[in-house]
Amino acid sequence: MNLLSIDDLDREAIERITDHAARFAEVSDREIKKVPTLRGRMVLNLFYEASTRTRGSFELAAKRLSADVVNFAADGSSVEKGESLKDTVLTLNANKPDAIVVRAPWVGTAELVSGWTDAAVINAGDGKHEHPTQALLDVYTLKRRLGKLDGLGIWIVGDVAHSRVARSNIVAFQRMGAHVTVCGPPTLIPRGIEALGCDVRFTLDEVAGADVVYALRMQHERMADAPVPSLREYAACYQINERRLTARQILMHPGPVNRGVELSGGIVDSPQALITAQVQAGLVVRMAVLYTLLSGPRAQAPLPEPQLA
Amino acid sequence: MDSQHKVVLRERDIHNALLRIAHEIAERNPDRQAPALVGIHRRGSFLAERLQPWLAELVSDDVPLGDLDIALYRDDVATRADAPVVHASHIDFEVTARTIVIVDDVLYTGRTVRAAIDALFDYGRPERVQLAVLVDRGHRELPIRPDYVGKNLPTSKAEHVHVHVHELDGIDEVVIAAAPAVVGA
Repeated sequence: MNLLSIDDLDREAIERITDHAARFAEVSDREIKKVPTLRGRMVLNLFYEASTRTRGSFELAAKRLSADVVNFAADGSSVEKGESLKDTVLTLNANKPDAIVVRAPWVGTAELVSGWTDAAVINAGDGKHEHPTQALLDVYTLKRRLGKLDGLGIWIVGDVAHSRVARSNIVAFQRMGAHVTVCGPPTLIPRGIEALGCDVRFTLDEVAGADVVYALRMQHERMADAPVPSLREYAACYQINERRLTARQILMHPGPVNRGVELSGGIVDSPQALITAQVQAGLVVRMAVLYTLLSGPRAQAPLPEPQLA
Repeated sequence: MDSQHKVVLRERDIHNALLRIAHEIAERNPDRQAPALVGIHRRGSFLAERLQPWLAELVSDDVPLGDLDIALYRDDVATRADAPVVHASHIDFEVTARTIVIVDDVLYTGRTVRAAIDALFDYGRPERVQLAVLVDRGHRELPIRPDYVGKNLPTSKAEHVHVHVHELDGIDEVVIAAAPAVVGA
């Protein structure tokens, strides 16, 4: 079983994972913050791209469930000597991991990897495509705060074009019964995004009607073709700040935040921002994902008995 | 109820058995600090809940009550076809240096109790751990024995013992059913 896209999960499956996550929260309150559930299982973190919270929370989640964790980062590995993705995966696969968590700047990497291994493959972000565990933790965070997502109006604001978070979250939020509107400068809204069932706005004029405002990071590392004249001009038109957000509205952001660009510094620290709660949710939701994918019989054929001399 | 089912304990019997267990717990734990009760999810926790007021009265002290879900400590996670559903555990008192009485409905292979003891130790280091069960049906696979037993119920492995409680099932009774046994119950 893999988790490559949020589309793999129907509403029931999303709820099963977020319900489990809620129960895992209690493990962190114990004197010994660890349970033996996945003892002897191995989780391989395969990261071809920078990541603080995703990798850290996958690693901690695996350790809280007593799995072994091997971290592979492209920097400092044979990738620098020219090893291809496929050869890297086949090499690492020789150690028989039970799960491979893949983060890469290329669309479809996780799916590709899933064809080369029997391990459960978890997509931890593939280029601009998808980031399903982020969507799950955002659903979990909103459920914790509001009980349910049914009937909520959620605005996803900013750089939708470069955002894998947006693609996964639009699907997940709608599957949970919310109505999603995406908003941003026309250069950063992909054409045809309405096909996912969301509305499109190019200004924040109607944002007061939203229950939840989900701001996206301005990804300056992906801004080579200058979709906006300057970050200052972007901020003038699309920044979520105290003036544009009323006290009743909830603010979310997948992090890392560019203070003063997509969010004002003050609003980040306000009680209506769930940004810290989202980070905390990352741990328990990833525990629930690993638990769901890795309990049950191993997919792989057992290793032949070692011949002892 | 069809001929495949036999009711072996009724509401009155269960009440009396639990009341006796409460007395035995009080008798065996004359220490200054009252023991705490920890029920194993789900039916064990309802039985612990019923024992609590009786025990509190007998020892004239507060008896802390908790419940424990053992899904994360099972020894068959790697072999079951599906992931067992996990429930949150609630232990809001200091476990260390206290006597803890684990409460469950049926004692069978002993694997659940083994898992519960492991789980309990992740909350602290209890001074003593005791085990109270409503029904002991035999067929132990581990060196575990109960300290308090409501009723010894010799069964064959092919039989199934169901404990029903008011809180979940609307009725208090213990039933033996001639159903194929589920491994590792």
